[in-house]
Amino acid sequence: MSCTTIEVSDLRFTYPGSHHHVLDGLSASIAEGERVALLGPNGSGKTTFVLHLNGLLTLQFGSIRIGDLEMGEENLPEIRRRVGAVFQDADDQLFMQSVREDVAFGPANLGVPRAELDAVVERALGQVGAEALIDRTPHHLSGGEKRRVAIATVLAMDPHALVLDEPTSGLDPVGRRELAGLLAGLPQTQLVVTHDLPFALQTCPRSMIVSGGRVVADGSTREILSNAELLAANRLELPYGFDVSSL
Amino acid sequence: MIAMHAPDGFLEAPVALATAVIALVFVALALRLSGRELGDRQVPLAGIAAAFIFAAQMFNFPVAAGTTGHLMGGALAAILLGPWVGSLVVTVVVVVQALLFADGGLTALGYNVINMATVTAFGGWAVFRLLRRVMPRNAAGVMGATAIAALVSVVLSAAAFSVQWLFGASAEVPFDTVFGAMVGVHVLIGVGEAIISALAVGAVLAARPDLVTGASDLDAAQLSAERRVGRRTFVFGGLFVAVVFATVVSQFAVDNPDGLEKVAIDEGFIEAGRDHALDSSIFSDYATSGVGNETLSLAVAGVSGVLITLLVGLGLISAARQGRGRAGA
Amino acid sequence: MAGGHVEGRVGGVGHLVVHGHSPVHRLAPEAKVVATFAFVICVALTPREQIWAFGVHAAVAISIVALAGVPTRVLLARLAVIIPFLTFAVLVPFVAGGEEVDVLGVGLSRDGLWGAWNVAAKASIGATASIILSATTSVPEILKALTRLRVPRVLVSIMSFMMRYLDLLVDQLGRMRTSMTARCHDPRWLWQAKPIASSAGALFVRSYERGERVHQAMLSRGFSGTMPDTEERATPGADWVRAALPPVVALAALLSAVVL
Repeated sequence: MSCTTIEVSDLRFTYPGSHHHVLDGLSASIAEGERVALLGPNGSGKTTFVLHLNGLLTLQFGSIRIGDLEMGEENLPEIRRRVGAVFQDADDQLFMQSVREDVAFGPANLGVPRAELDAVVERALGQVGAEALIDRTPHHLSGGEKRRVAIATVLAMDPHALVLDEPTSGLDPVGRRELAGLLAGLPQTQLVVTHDLPFALQTCPRSMIVSGGRVVADGSTREILSNAELLAANRLELPYGFDVSSL
Repeated sequence: MIAMHAPDGFLEAPVALATAVIALVFVALALRLSGRELGDRQVPLAGIAAAFIFAAQMFNFPVAAGTTGHLMGGALAAILLGPWVGSLVVTVVVVVQALLFADGGLTALGYNVINMATVTAFGGWAVFRLLRRVMPRNAAGVMGATAIAALVSVVLSAAAFSVQWLFGASAEVPFDTVFGAMVGVHVLIGVGEAIISALAVGAVLAARPDLVTGASDLDAAQLSAERRVGRRTFVFGGLFVAVVFATVVSQFAVDNPDGLEKVAIDEGFIEAGRDHALDSSIFSDYATSGVGNETLSLAVAGVSGVLITLLVGLGLISAARQGRGRAGA
Repeated sequence: MAGGHVEGRVGGVGHLVVHGHSPVHRLAPEAKVVATFAFVICVALTPREQIWAFGVHAAVAISIVALAGVPTRVLLARLAVIIPFLTFAVLVPFVAGGEEVDVLGVGLSRDGLWGAWNVAAKASIGATASIILSATTSVPEILKALTRLRVPRVLVSIMSFMMRYLDLLVDQLGRMRTSMTARCHDPRWLWQAKPIASSAGALFVRSYERGERVHQAMLSRGFSGTMPDTEERATPGADWVRAALPPVVALAALLSAVVL
């Protein structure tokens, strides 16, 4: 069995102190190398799902399998290595004093010996085109630079899959284009949570619509985005003037 | 205020050293105990909370007619984060201020940390817990307790400094002058601290009540329960505190042994001839020469010292109980 | 005012260092930290009557300031932090008792004048030492220095996170204040401070929530409770020798002052 399939079955979750089922029977199956966009209105459970994929929320109901590993306490370190999560706010992921230290954080935790850390860091930064930023302070970087470095911090752990939560937020159009190019060049399986429908179309052949805590549509991005009623029913809207059929 | 980020040499070496040792002990304890409480969340939460306190101290709030004041934040930190985390967080702020901004001398770190982090956090927490028992069990009650705890914490801080001055003064300003001035001014500063702290806690209670450690015994229903703390309670409480301190402070303004001391002499509590109580060599000559009422000064210093120690100790005990309670939950 | 004087530094923590490549800048940070503490301790221990010793201390400090290339106006601006204590010092001769001396027709306490001098001298020279350190050593370097000096790693990490997020929080608070001002809230009296206090509370909630998210990000990168050790570099012995110069001079002055 390939070690990068993501199998999610009947996930349910309620935040403590609340009665609302944020995840209400979410099931999904993602194969190695796939690029899948996760679409859906605010509050549909997408971010909660992302947190589950890294074992950051205690599993309440359902199951998650990453390759041959079942989500559970003993498998957490390896699962967190295999699935690299890039969160919405890059400032949350860059907490060290320099880009070098931030990118080294993950591999150092994995036990990469000090002598090899520099090489690992440089390689990861190279993959995102941010080699020049290596000795910069994270809080002085631009939004796009922060995003790239955040991705590098995760790539440095040599993941099999990437999960990105709203990667285009805060980016200008050039930044978005560069990010799309960057993601296209990365070999990992990718799951992209996004509001940005054109970006989804550009980067992910397959899309899932998550609404009310479960998957309500799953298919080719092009078909989904061409289905006006489906989009409307899920509070999704194409940008003004955007014509899917013309692409 | 003026002695709060004291510079180098403000207190003599023995006091600087002794307070540094005490501060180190507290920091070590706080590191360990807050680590136990927060687990692997210790570094990010304490770090960002420290940034919050630092930022909050930087901004001014209006006091009167355009003059502004600043928050010390020790009591607020303790009420929000618990006294161990709170004192640790303010300690980090004080150390960084000295190291990077020359705000406070490097050799003064011992007493600066004790006065601004330890005494305010633990003393404030103790007063807060005591008041919580008698205040209504709702949000207004928590805010009321916060206000008075914050006020007292600031005054305690000033009193602690004054007691340290008694032992380690570096200039010929007598203890009673320092105490009167410091405590007097800080009662006023404390009012600002009280109001800002209470309102800030109120805002946190409204958004995420689980983030107020001092109110962790109340659930959402209790928090929104009506029984408001009457304005009258506040006014009388404030007046009471003001009267107590005015009485204390005014004793120093009086040169003749009237008032308390005369009563004490008349009643035979002290012999009239014993008026060199402060001649003991452990007290700084600078702080004891020129003191108006020596016996009274000694009494005030003693009472302050005991009160501070008592409250800080109470705070420690309460913190220990709190920690155990939560661990068991 | 607790921390109030920092307010002027809108540039924030990242702009403390005065850019340069002086010998002071290039010294290993741990040597600088130890030297700074040692120097300040010597200054604080110097008996106040030995004015010449303070002259030596001040000369040492000023020569390092010059060597480091810190502009005078920057030094003076940062020294503003001790002004409240200089004010206190000025008042002492008027308040203190004892033998009086006639100064310009005014009777001042002789002991008080010594006391004022004591506070002023030690405060200004001590502050200058701190300023030299922060002007020539970046925050990451200072943090590494503390780690190498065996300060508990947890404490240094907490400081590191504090420094990392300070600018962000100050910006956020600033923006909250700006939006209040834009809505014509210009409070001058304490009872009008409610929105400010509420925004402080709101900032706390946002900060705490960020702390929780940062913790999640740390966990997802394999954090298990101990910050990893990501670098190691031995301090060049020569650096210790060079850094020891100022405190050794200060120590010599101190010892002479005490003995004489």
